[in-house]
Amino acid sequence: MSRRLSFYIHIPYCAKRCGYCDFNTYTPAELQGPDLATVSQNYIDAALREIELAHSTVGEAQVPSIFFGGGTPSLMPASELARVIARIDERFEVLDDAEITLEVNPDSVTPEFLSTMRESGATRISMGMQSAVPHVLEALDRTHKPENVVSAVNAAVRAGFENISVDLIYGAPGESIADWKTSVSAAMELPINHISAYALIVERGTKLAAQIARGELTLPDDDETAEKYLIADDAFESAGFSWYELSNWSKPGGECRHNIAYWDGSHWWGVGPGAHSYIDKKRWWNVKHPSTYQQKIFKNDSPELSSEVLTGENLADEFVMLQIRRREGIQLSALTDLQIKKAELFLGSGHLEEKSWSEKKLVLSKNGRLIADRIVRELVM
Amino acid sequence: MPAIPLAKAPQPSATNPAQIRNFCIIAHIDHGKSTLADRMLGITGVVEARNMREQYLDRMDIERERGITIKSQAVRLPWKSGIDGQEYILNMIDTPGHVDFTYEVSRSLAACEGAILLVDCAQGIEAQTLANLYLAMENNLTIIPVLNKIDLPAAQPEKFAIELSKLVGCKPEDCLKVSGKTGAGVEELLDQIVAQIPPPQGNPDGPARALIFDSVYDTYRGVVTYVRVFDGKLSPREQIQMFSTAAKHELLDIGVISPEPVSSKGLGVGEVGYLITGVKDVRLSRVGDTVTTFHKPAKEALGGYKDPKPMVFSGLYPIDGDEYPMLRDALDKLQLNDAALVYEPETSAALGFGFRCGFLGLLHMEIVRERLEREFNLTLISTAPNVVYRVTKEGGEELIVTNPSEYPSGKVDKVLEPIVRATILSPTDYIGTIMELCQQRRGTLNGMDYLSEDRVEIRYTLPLAEIVFDFFDQLKSRTKGYASLDYEPIGEAEGDLVKVDILLQGDTVDAFSSIVHREKAYAYGVMMTTKLRELIPTQQFEVPIQAAIGAKIIARENIRAIRKDVLAKCYGGDISRKRKLLEKQKEGKKRMKMVGRVEVPQEAFIAALATNADAESGKVKK
Repeated sequence: MSRRLSFYIHIPYCAKRCGYCDFNTYTPAELQGPDLATVSQNYIDAALREIELAHSTVGEAQVPSIFFGGGTPSLMPASELARVIARIDERFEVLDDAEITLEVNPDSVTPEFLSTMRESGATRISMGMQSAVPHVLEALDRTHKPENVVSAVNAAVRAGFENISVDLIYGAPGESIADWKTSVSAAMELPINHISAYALIVERGTKLAAQIARGELTLPDDDETAEKYLIADDAFESAGFSWYELSNWSKPGGECRHNIAYWDGSHWWGVGPGAHSYIDKKRWWNVKHPSTYQQKIFKNDSPELSSEVLTGENLADEFVMLQIRRREGIQLSALTDLQIKKAELFLGSGHLEEKSWSEKKLVLSKNGRLIADRIVRELVM
Repeated sequence: MPAIPLAKAPQPSATNPAQIRNFCIIAHIDHGKSTLADRMLGITGVVEARNMREQYLDRMDIERERGITIKSQAVRLPWKSGIDGQEYILNMIDTPGHVDFTYEVSRSLAACEGAILLVDCAQGIEAQTLANLYLAMENNLTIIPVLNKIDLPAAQPEKFAIELSKLVGCKPEDCLKVSGKTGAGVEELLDQIVAQIPPPQGNPDGPARALIFDSVYDTYRGVVTYVRVFDGKLSPREQIQMFSTAAKHELLDIGVISPEPVSSKGLGVGEVGYLITGVKDVRLSRVGDTVTTFHKPAKEALGGYKDPKPMVFSGLYPIDGDEYPMLRDALDKLQLNDAALVYEPETSAALGFGFRCGFLGLLHMEIVRERLEREFNLTLISTAPNVVYRVTKEGGEELIVTNPSEYPSGKVDKVLEPIVRATILSPTDYIGTIMELCQQRRGTLNGMDYLSEDRVEIRYTLPLAEIVFDFFDQLKSRTKGYASLDYEPIGEAEGDLVKVDILLQGDTVDAFSSIVHREKAYAYGVMMTTKLRELIPTQQFEVPIQAAIGAKIIARENIRAIRKDVLAKCYGGDISRKRKLLEKQKEGKKRMKMVGRVEVPQEAFIAALATNADAESGKVKK
């Protein structure tokens, strides 16, 4: 059996940068290049070359998932993204039941784009909803109107997508508990089978961080953010969604297989500037800027910026760090005696599920999920 | 120039006592003693100008940096008097200048017939100088009052001449005026030393008796012992004997310091010099002890010998537990040079393995700690200093408590604590605030005297424990640095004392226990619990912090349980970054100590154990 290799395709462009975002993405103004169509075509040409590089490096492989992330993949012409899927299928074997996800922005996505992508093999849509409350969207510096999300999701359904996910962000400056409940209810009204909910992280160097530093915006405290997580978890569960990772819930069968590949140590190749890859204990990442990336690719240089080969200790740490975030949890047999002893303290404090523990598994309870990083730290020390 | 070439000067072991003058300089730390000493070395020609460096006699880095002298030395200076034209040998015996080393000072004084009272004429006399002056007067030394730094624009020689003349009992015009910096008046001072200080007297044919006034460990030569010969003579290769220990040693080398060591044919009556016997531990050659010869031993020791007695105790712990053996070795090495330092292993549930160390006082403690950190590259936590308590339990059993955690938990009949007589010199403006401070610290006023119109001497009896706890910093900050303090132990007194324990999650944190006066227990409890609430990070459960006297809780704070500690996203590109963060936190975790189930960062211990003044200044000021 040939090896399995998932693909992540990074689309490093956005119409505008959101205030909280520190992703590797660039706006037309920042690129100061030609029009977006030309940019897209050149960029996809480079991406196809990296797929060739992947092929010459890895050889044959079956592809269980492809994920177009960004940036804003829906800014690209659908035909350009279709070229990527086609090239991966030419060089590797994209499995019949492969999951092919597109991140889309409710503002830029069109029914035509969605139909073309569905016909080109895409199976799943992940939409940046973030909130259903205008003043929260404004605090997040998002441009879309809440109703755009509804029409975009409906358009995806009409285009034939059965797997649709939305992202929500909680804990934005000025977001009340009531605001959050509004957003959660609005999401539960949508015809979706997957939802991700992320606590807002203020990354250094973002516009949001500057606004907070200047005192223009104030973040809600940790207690309130914790409360919002519990509100969301309750609402999602009662609507038929189950958590399968800390920040991800799905209806049965709706789990994102691509993301699961990140967490269970599967191999993946990340195509594009700044993208990370992981194959056979080696993790590497590409140069960050799209221009540098394209220059390297077209000169037949490797776009790799740097890499690491994971040691046994690295692997063990990552195992606990990633696996603990999942509903499946960690088999106690995979832990050392000392780790089990430390974990018992968290069982006592109600941070682990009693029932799973009796089945020899470490699974975080709701309160445990809220302090997952703390528990990881205890276990790996 | 009245300097005499060394080779032509009277030689050691062959100098008539009538030609000898032994003197020391009594001065406060920054009143210019070292600069004056430098100047004397230059003018008498024992150090050539090209070899001169600042604070020539202060050997340790710490001494030079802090401008204080910890260990004394003796320098032989040949001098031809400008008054009678005769040749003399002046032995300048350096004295330590701090309250903790009163005993060492007293031994240095005992080796002299006279003392220069050196006072900065921009500042006036300080409390420790006054204490040492009284000590010199008790020893019947001839005092030569000298005003230094007359070159300074702020100098007020007339004003302080009046102050000094009152203290010494002379006329204001008898005070010499010098500048160690420019050399003005120094030759005259040397002449006056010859003229005023009496020559030493002793029996040259009697059994040898020499006073040890200092003893220093040298890596290459072992212990170097500094002595002043009172009777008889000490010669090379002779067997000598120490009075206090009856230990017998061979004199491998004997000589004088001028200012580098020069071997001699011996030391006769009135002479001052060094002895080397090859011993490696200063405790075998104790300050204050009497040296005699084995074959013709003296019957009686010179008076005044005392065992050094530690007054202040503190636990020293390495921050990195792996450094415990290094700390032990370092203390062993320091003790070779510091007969007053005592220590024994101690285990703290909170801080791990360390040592309970006894010191002469706060400065001594600070110096030892600084040397351990600087010379041995250790990073240490020290517990709050405490004094020695004599506790009588119900039923009459008596206990000596040098560590609050040893304080009996049962009923206590009586507690005795050391008390001191403190002397504070200050401008009169601060009398009120000083008295307020001393009252707060359980002081009893003994008296007050005006040194001059605007300077006052205030005398209090205080528990030593109150001085040990940031008294000096408080005094300095309340008087804008103008007040000076000296104290000497005068015995013990009964105190209404209790032990306050600090509990985390119900477990006593031994490092935070403190013995305090009953009326201050509540304030201490509130201070510590509040501090700890701020310093200890949230845990996965709620942590009560309590202060208790026995089973009675007197103060309480809570650290709330942590609600949220999770990064929301963890996808392909996040994994390496998140793992690296985890690795960094792992490193940080090594600096955490577990108290029961509660994780306390080492920084919290350090911060909680620091006094407020420490926290502001970063370290204890002198």
